[in-house]
Amino acid sequence: MADVAEISSAATPDGVAAGSPAIHTVELSKRFGSTVALAGLSMTVPRGEVFGFLGPNGAGKTTSVKLLLGLISPTAGEGWLLGQRIGDLKTRRRIGYLPELFRYQSWLSAREVLALHCELAPLPRSSWNDEITTALDTVGLTDRASDRVGTFSKGMQQRLGLGVALLGKPELVFLDEPTSALDPVGRHDVREITRRLRERGTTVFLNSHLLSEVEMVCDRVAVVDHGRVIALGTIHDLLRGADIVRVRMTGLNGRLGQLEGFAAPSEDGEWLTFRNVKEDQVPDLVAEIVRLGGRVYAVESQQQSLEDRFLQLLEDEETK
Amino acid sequence: MTRAIWPIARMTLVEASRRRMLMALAAMTFLVIAGVGYGFSKLPEIGGSRPLNHDDLNQISSILTILTFFMFSFVLAFAAVFVAAPAISSDVESGVILAMVPRPIRRSDIVIGRWLGLSMVVVIYTVTATLIELEVVNLVIGYLPPHPFEAISFLVAEGVVAVTLGLLFSTRVAPMTGGIVATILLLAAWFAGIVGNIGFSFGNDTVAAFGTISRLVVPTDGMWRGALFYLQTPQLLAVQAIAGRRAAANPFYAGSAPPLPYLLWTAGWIVGLLALTILSFRRKEL
Repeated sequence: MADVAEISSAATPDGVAAGSPAIHTVELSKRFGSTVALAGLSMTVPRGEVFGFLGPNGAGKTTSVKLLLGLISPTAGEGWLLGQRIGDLKTRRRIGYLPELFRYQSWLSAREVLALHCELAPLPRSSWNDEITTALDTVGLTDRASDRVGTFSKGMQQRLGLGVALLGKPELVFLDEPTSALDPVGRHDVREITRRLRERGTTVFLNSHLLSEVEMVCDRVAVVDHGRVIALGTIHDLLRGADIVRVRMTGLNGRLGQLEGFAAPSEDGEWLTFRNVKEDQVPDLVAEIVRLGGRVYAVESQQQSLEDRFLQLLEDEETK
Repeated sequence: MTRAIWPIARMTLVEASRRRMLMALAAMTFLVIAGVGYGFSKLPEIGGSRPLNHDDLNQISSILTILTFFMFSFVLAFAAVFVAAPAISSDVESGVILAMVPRPIRRSDIVIGRWLGLSMVVVIYTVTATLIELEVVNLVIGYLPPHPFEAISFLVAEGVVAVTLGLLFSTRVAPMTGGIVATILLLAAWFAGIVGNIGFSFGNDTVAAFGTISRLVVPTDGMWRGALFYLQTPQLLAVQAIAGRRAAANPFYAGSAPPLPYLLWTAGWIVGLLALTILSFRRKEL
């Protein structure tokens, strides 16, 4: 797993070179009065990646997105999007954004909202029709194109928001809780859209509470808590070394603390649960139990789900 | 003009239209104009068995037209504040702004676009309503004020000043709070203007200064007095002039048009307040 210090030391990108990362931040911080919303965010998101940004409520996820998009200004630190400093207007032409809590003008139709954003983007007028038709089709709102947004359900507004974020084929798309109001079909659609964006080479910054979805679509994830990145890497990286081994055994009553090289397990009758045991350590664990006089009847190796790992990371952070 | 100003101004007009604000204003205004027209049509009979001569009719029509314009000026100023005060703050509260600001547009484009759109609403409403009003009076009784276009221009300026004031609060406080604060400022400025005039009529410079300062801080009353001056007939001005300084105590009398420096000050006030609004919105955390 790549650690935060390693990420922090990444070279500062310069210019608009295509090789510059999609997102790069160095100690980006934000305070609201005495409240620390973000305490030094340092990370790099390469281009073409679907990057998951995870964290409990109030961890600083939305604050991070707002800082990156210039909706709020940082108290300290720096950031770059697509090789340009945060706030650069020209760069914003290449960025799409679906906010978490938003509305569109209720008196406009879905098509008019999309046309307004084509104009603000700004996209060539000749491309508007195709862009709007494609966006409506992608998010499944073609039949409601002429209806006023004020008549839309929350889920339909979220679909429209996704359509707006995709206008102009942006190179970097921020999706802040994109499925929070969607039904299972809508969530499936968003996953498919995200995968298609990755195939197209678009970088997706996915801010979500829904760990199962993040697990399904993200190449890498960062876990934030109390305004700080506490883990960052691929899903595989995060889950590796976080495996659980369950052993059914007898004969070591009161001597579990003597197992060398292994943390004390949790007990559930004859079953012992060892955390953070890598697959190649299992024979050593069994040998150690036998050396101390234990009798082993069964060994089960399990991989943690992202949710288990996420909760464990937060728990570890709390006990630090 | 950058590319984002016009779309935002246009959206403001569409909003005013689709939210039926323009329709509501038009319906209420036409109702009032119909009532005023009926009232004017009854003026010749006001003398009973002694019909009024042409000069008397003109005199009364002039006063009534001033009162009607005064009503328009109030409706306009309050309506302008009520639409401008929530113009940006309600977009911030609802989240509409979150989807717009990350676009490659300057925040100043949003402020200027909103101001332009709202000012266009003010111009459309004021010019249409007052021209119809004057035409109805003209048709019914054959009276037109001496300088209608100048008077309408000052009324438009009053509305634009109110819009500019409301928009400033829109970048800092909640919609309702902005509306209340701006309304209080407008009323205070109007009241201070009257008090200042009374001070002037009695030669009290300290009290007179109240009026001067209030017209500098919030030029709505100054603009109304410009409209008032151009609505007065020469006869009305001559009658009031007999009273000398004391005539200034009459809130429906203006002895002179606002001087050019004051008009320049008002123009500068609008530009300055707009710049302050842009600065305020630029610093706003969304």
